[in-house]
Formats: sequence, structure tokens, C-alpha cells
Amino acid sequence: MSTATLSVRRRTIVTKNTAPYVFLAPVLILFVAFKLYPYVYSFWLSLTRSVGGRQEFAGAENYVRLLQDPLFFKALGNTALVLLIQVPIMLALAVALAVGFNSTLLRWRGTLRLAFFLPIVMGLVAYGILFSTLLNTQYGLVNWVLGGVGIEPVPWLGDPMWARVSIILALTWHYTGYNAVIYLAQLQTVPRELYEAASTDGAGPWRRFVHITLPGLRPAILLTVVLSTIGTLQLFDEPYVLTNGGPDNATLTIGMYLYQNGFRYFDFGYASTIAYALALLVALISFAQFRLLGRRS
Amino acid sequence: MTTVAPPRGRVSAAPAAPLREHRGPRTTAKVLTLTAVMAIGAAVVVAPLYWMVIASTHTSAEIFSSPPVLLPGDAFWENLRSLVVDRGFGRAVANSFLIAAVYTVVAGFVCTLAGYAFAKFEFRGKGIAFGLIMATLVIPAQVTLVPLFQIMLWFGWLDTYQAILLPNLAFPFGIFLMRQTMLAVPDELLAAGRIDGCGEVRLLFGIVLPTMRPAVAALAIYLFLAQWNDFVWPLIALRSPDSYTVPVALAALKGIGTTDYGQLLAGTTVSIVPAAIVFLLLQRHFVAGILSGAVKE
Repeated sequence: MSTATLSVRRRTIVTKNTAPYVFLAPVLILFVAFKLYPYVYSFWLSLTRSVGGRQEFAGAENYVRLLQDPLFFKALGNTALVLLIQVPIMLALAVALAVGFNSTLLRWRGTLRLAFFLPIVMGLVAYGILFSTLLNTQYGLVNWVLGGVGIEPVPWLGDPMWARVSIILALTWHYTGYNAVIYLAQLQTVPRELYEAASTDGAGPWRRFVHITLPGLRPAILLTVVLSTIGTLQLFDEPYVLTNGGPDNATLTIGMYLYQNGFRYFDFGYASTIAYALALLVALISFAQFRLLGRRS
Repeated sequence: MTTVAPPRGRVSAAPAAPLREHRGPRTTAKVLTLTAVMAIGAAVVVAPLYWMVIASTHTSAEIFSSPPVLLPGDAFWENLRSLVVDRGFGRAVANSFLIAAVYTVVAGFVCTLAGYAFAKFEFRGKGIAFGLIMATLVIPAQVTLVPLFQIMLWFGWLDTYQAILLPNLAFPFGIFLMRQTMLAVPDELLAAGRIDGCGEVRLLFGIVLPTMRPAVAALAIYLFLAQWNDFVWPLIALRSPDSYTVPVALAALKGIGTTDYGQLLAGTTVSIVPAAIVFLLLQRHFVAGILSGAVKE
């Protein structure tokens, strides 16, 4: 028993022993109602089919259908493409940006930082709309600038390949600054003396980068790789607003396919199956990344 | 993972020991090169935002003309007027403001309580509860969409504010952020308060919270931005135009047959103003918030 509750007879029910439960209660109630219950219910739904507006038990039917669904695999492939191309480009740019910001040679630090980090606050819909206008084939600013250096108009959103490039550009614009913030914080924990000692030993800038900066960034890189992977696997907003999954399903992502099945065709059973497949994928890949990158640190 | 000292305050302020002393012509050249490269990058990042603001001051016809508009026009107020009068955008802005404000206060309160319980108390089930809440960060939000939709359908809550507010009140990142920050509160402070006969509730709100203004600010920015920009769930739960939030209203505007891009970009510009103001005023806290959530084990 704590001294406080002994010495002062409190009428309140919030004592040192009950306090954590009282303080946690709202979160726990909300968590059970709006997270745990949906997780469980969603799993049940994935085992049902819709018959005349009612859900009927269907066993593994939806999962079998999923494994034979070419559109699901197309969405998976599209997502994997973004993951393998966009995430490395973005993270490399973010490392470069963080190294630049960490340099004592940089001037106009505050202004530059603001410029690079401003896209973070932009809502996904807002920037989807903005990019779809910028990338307009005939009148968009991007093609006009390219035209200035003699490049033919690019069908950004109308061609399957370029539509993917557009999504990649938009994502990179939006999230590079966010990752750079994380790297910058990690870099500032790397002792300057390490660089000075390496310089004295005759190591050039590139060798200092490879042998000091990169190893120092390791925990932050692991974190950003995992976060970007989770974000990419759940990708929805950008293709929804920029390309609506098209053209020819070239930018259909798993998140979009789930949305289409659940809220356009109202096939809740199948939508839940896709959701669980996605959850499994995210868990497996995050786990693998932690094992691969997390070792030795 | 390596534990990193939590970076606090001005993260990208000039590093501790500037090497100003040996400043020769070579150093000046390096300063110029680095700053110029970073400035060009910043210009590329800011260009879309600049163009968005410019385009919002032109008519749709002017926006889709060649060459593209690069200087301010005079159609902004007309765009805004038609957006509010003809499209009911004012209602969406009011909805968004109300929802984001209430959400920030209530979710902030709930997350603070939970973070405090996790940081400063030992109790049965603590590890499991915290692990479960953090696991939701890895599970895709899409898993919950269908069940949440059904819950709202049962309660007849589609098109209501509570449908948008309730499911995300227990914001895992917010709980994590508050826990991380409150771990730094010395136990002696709490013990001293208890000996003085301070109740548990007053201990939190009168003694602990006033010392964590920066974390509370970071949490508030996070919650406000997350709710202000939230798209998928409002898109599903809000069916009638009167209940739309800004992102849903913008997406609907883009979806209609003859989109007026002057209107649309004016709306987009308006939509990022609150977020940009919050960001500019509290930039320091925002960055610190990303960091305390990110660069720890």
C-alpha cells in the first residue's frame, strides 16, 4: 500500500494501484471495439460468401479464389514494382539530403529545411489532384518544362508504364523529406571525431561515407525500410486519386483492389480475404527485414 | 537495435563544432557548391506547390492553355466563391475543422492517459496490452474497413461525426509518443507528489503534463494533420455530400464529369493552408515528434 493512500483517506477511486487501469480504460475499450473486434470479424468474413445480401460460411473458398485471381497477382506485381524501385530511390535521396543537412558547409539551413519538409503536411488527395494537373499530357507544367529542352510530350497518366512512373514520382516527392528527418537525427549521433580521425588517416569523402556514415545510419535505415514497406504494401491514396488504378490496371494496388471489391462490388467476404492476405504479407516481409537488416546491430 | 539518445529540440541546428576556423577559398567553393545543389533540389520540391497556388488564381481555361501560367492571375476569389456557393465546399471545410479539432483534443487526452499508464506504472497485463496496441501499426488499416463499415451501419452512424472520430481515437503512434516522452519523467517527482497528498489525476495534469509541452504540441500537430488529411475511412463512412470532409469533397469534385480545375486547385490550396500554418508555427515540435517516435528502439 502506498503511503499516500494510507495517510489521507481519499474518496476518489483513482489510487496508485487503480490509476493505470483507469487511465488505460478508454484506450482499451476503443481498441477492443474498433480494432480487435474488426480484426476477428474480418477474419470470419473472409470465410464467408455473400448470398442474397447475407453472409454464409464458405470455408476456404475465398482463399482458393484469391490464389487463382490474375488481378490480385497483377496488383501484387504493381505493388512489388513500387517497393523495389521507388523505396530504394527515395531512401538514397533521403540519405543524400540528410548528409547535406548534416554538413557544416551548408548555408540557408532553415529555409532549405522548410522547403524539403513542406510536402509532408500535404494531404494525399490534395497532392494527387496537384500531380494529376502537373502531369497533364497536353497542358501540364512538367511536359512544358520537358518541351523546353526538346523532349516530346510524355503521356504520364495515359500510358501503363508512365502511369507507374508518375506514381513513383509523386510518392518520392511526398515522403523523401520525412525519411531525411529520421536519417538526420541518427547522423547527429555519429561522433564528429570519427570523421576527423578518418580524415587524418587519409580517408576520402567516399570512404568516410561508406565506412562511417552508412554504418552509423544502420538503425535508421532499418526503421525506414520497414516503415516504407508497410506504407507501400498498403498503397491506396495515390493510385485512387492519380490514376484510379489504370490504365489497364497498371497501377492497381492491393489496397485499391480491396477497396474495389468491398465498396464497389460489396463483396465483403472477398475484400476481407484480400485484407488478410495483405496483413500476412506485411507481417512476413517486416519480419524478414528485421531478421536480415537487424542482425549485428 | 542500437539505442540512440533521444534528439530533442532543434534537430538540424548547426552541428556543435562548426569548422569555421580554417576557411580558405577551397572551403568557400565547397560551401557554394553544396548550398547550390541543395537549393536546386529545394526548388524542384517547392515548384509543384508554387504552381498550385498560382493555378488557383486562374480560370480552368487559363490553366489548360499553353504555355502554362506561371504568374498570379485574378480568378482566385471567383474560384473560391463558386466552390463555396455552387459546390458547398464551405460545409466540407466546417466539417473538417470541427472533426479535426474535436479529434485532436479527445484523442490527445486518451493517448496521454494511456501513454502515462504505460510509462509510469507497473501493472498486470502491461506488456500484452502495449504489444497488442503496437502490433496494430503493422496490421494494414484495410483489414478493419469492412467491419467498421458494418458497425457504423448497425448503429445508423454513417454520415455522422462520431463515425469518423471513434475508430481512430486510440491512435497507436500517439500512445507510443507519449509513453516515450513520459519515460523521462523522474519517479522521484511522482513519489514526492504522492507524499504531499497529491491525487493521481492531479499528479498527471498538474505536475507531469506541464513539463511536457513540446511532446503535447508534437502530439497535437500529429493528430490534427492525420485527421485533417484522412481520406479512406471518411470516403467510406460519409455517403452524403453534406457530411463530406475536405479530402472527400475534393476527390468528389475531381470525379464529376466536367471538373473545373480553377475551382479544384483553389480548394486544394485552401485545404493545405491550415496544415501549412500548423507546420510553420510548430515546425520544431513536429520534427521532434517524428524523431521521438522514430529513432528509438
